[in-house]
Amino acid sequence: MTKPIKIIGLAALGASVAAALPAFAQDAALQSPPAAAAAAAAATVNKGDTAWMMTSTILVLMMILPGLALFYGGLTRAKNMLSTMTQIGAVASLAMLIWVMYGYSLAFGPDVSGGASNFIAGLDKAFLAGVTPASQAATFTAGVEIPEYVFICFQMTFAAITAALVLGSVVERMKFSAVMAFTAVWLTIVYFPIAHMVWAASGLFFKAGALDFAGGTVVHINAGVSALVASLILGKRMGYPTTPMPPHSLTLTGVGTGLLWVGWFGFNAGSALEANGTAGLAMINTFVATASGALFWMLAERARGHKGSALGFCSGIIAGLVAVTPAAGNSGPFGAIVLGAVASVVCFFAVSVLKPRLGYDDALDAFGVHGIGGMVGAIGTGIVYAPSLGGPGAADYDMGAKLLVQVGAVLATVVWAAIGTAVAMYVAKALTGLRVSPEVEQEGLDLGEHGERAYN
Amino acid sequence: MKLVIAIIKPFKLDEVREALTAIGVAGMTVTEVKGFGRQKGQTEIYRGAEYSTNMVPKVKVEVVCASDLAPRIVEAIGQSANTGAIGDGKIFVLDVGQAVRIRTGETDTTAL
Repeated sequence: MTKPIKIIGLAALGASVAAALPAFAQDAALQSPPAAAAAAAAATVNKGDTAWMMTSTILVLMMILPGLALFYGGLTRAKNMLSTMTQIGAVASLAMLIWVMYGYSLAFGPDVSGGASNFIAGLDKAFLAGVTPASQAATFTAGVEIPEYVFICFQMTFAAITAALVLGSVVERMKFSAVMAFTAVWLTIVYFPIAHMVWAASGLFFKAGALDFAGGTVVHINAGVSALVASLILGKRMGYPTTPMPPHSLTLTGVGTGLLWVGWFGFNAGSALEANGTAGLAMINTFVATASGALFWMLAERARGHKGSALGFCSGIIAGLVAVTPAAGNSGPFGAIVLGAVASVVCFFAVSVLKPRLGYDDALDAFGVHGIGGMVGAIGTGIVYAPSLGGPGAADYDMGAKLLVQVGAVLATVVWAAIGTAVAMYVAKALTGLRVSPEVEQEGLDLGEHGERAYN
Repeated sequence: MKLVIAIIKPFKLDEVREALTAIGVAGMTVTEVKGFGRQKGQTEIYRGAEYSTNMVPKVKVEVVCASDLAPRIVEAIGQSANTGAIGDGKIFVLDVGQAVRIRTGETDTTAL
């Protein structure tokens, strides 16, 4: 039998734990010796939970390939289609390898001594030292665990998709080699620490009680802010914004959107870490918040005097999904509908009004949708969690105090991601030069970087 | 011999082809083209970024015929491609100096 692993994974205040045992999530009581010992003694691995978590893991992989690759690829110009898809796939692959080498250990490994454990874990589990098929990882229910290999894989896909999401702002001009170098540094100094802070029992935000069911801060705010900073350092695409750069295939973007939505059930409902009622709550919220986001984006377009568009529909779906990510198990269905609608309208204004005024070239709106939508979701989660609004919070839920925690987690994530991204970009620049030559940018990265065309 | 060039709305192509077949035209060349005249392009909006396309997609039909058939071809196209709206297109008639069927070497109207 292995030692109890001091992780409770995702969702700082998983609804079931919080509802039944509100004290636990606040001060990491799950890792206190008596509780841990009791869990170790009685912990069982349920085949249903395991099967669901393996399925969820693969669903998240599908979000990356082909989901995000098609979603992003369709939005680029035809001459950069393969470059976009290849960068996403390669970055995700690199993230998987780094994850098993040292990423998992830094995020979820054994605590280091002193205050550093608030920010990062140790390297004792580097190269998955000590992990066997018999190793187990805790869930939100005492005495119920899942195989650690499954937990490692599930979390691996989160690291992979977050790294890939960042690329949305820098496509069509960043070198392939620069993308790879940036990712290696960025994961190490940005993603692993933030994942630890939010999801590990010894992490700073976790201990503060921040609500983040499936990764609103770790994945979306983090990726969105990093994308913004990366695009500012990299510079605009040649010709932006005077040259028209319409999406080359909204058909493929639509296909990618569908794959993302379906895959997101693994992302959100899988973050319950069990096949139970909380996963069911996350599932229904992932349906209705998304549906709401899709329609409200189109309504916002109409309100601005435009036609309701296919790309608006797709963008609204993503905005709804992003916003419901931290709220998936932390909201009632009707709170989720409102959250999806608000996030969708706010993101619409961010990408169609704010971005042109500020003039930065976030090519595929990674910041406008993931960053902004993530912030709306993270702060909104503190509101919809309230039992008076149909959320799963306890009767004495203190919304004001929780909102302060949420805002604090958001701000800390923004600052950490911005600084870390700047460092990673300048390292990549020193190693690779960062940007393709004007000739390559002109003829397209497909030919210039990969020697292929997407369409012949 | 005459060359009749017609720039028409793409969705009218089938009707034009049927009308021309009905008066005995045995062949034609069709090209997808873009251009503008009185009909201006439309505005496309992608996440708030507006692109006004001033080129409108059209289809160009080219028919070479004996000179006496040209007026009937012009009339047939003029009727079948007409919707009454701006952007229906234009028809041009040019003189043709020579025609050769490559397979047989036949020339002029026998080559058509």
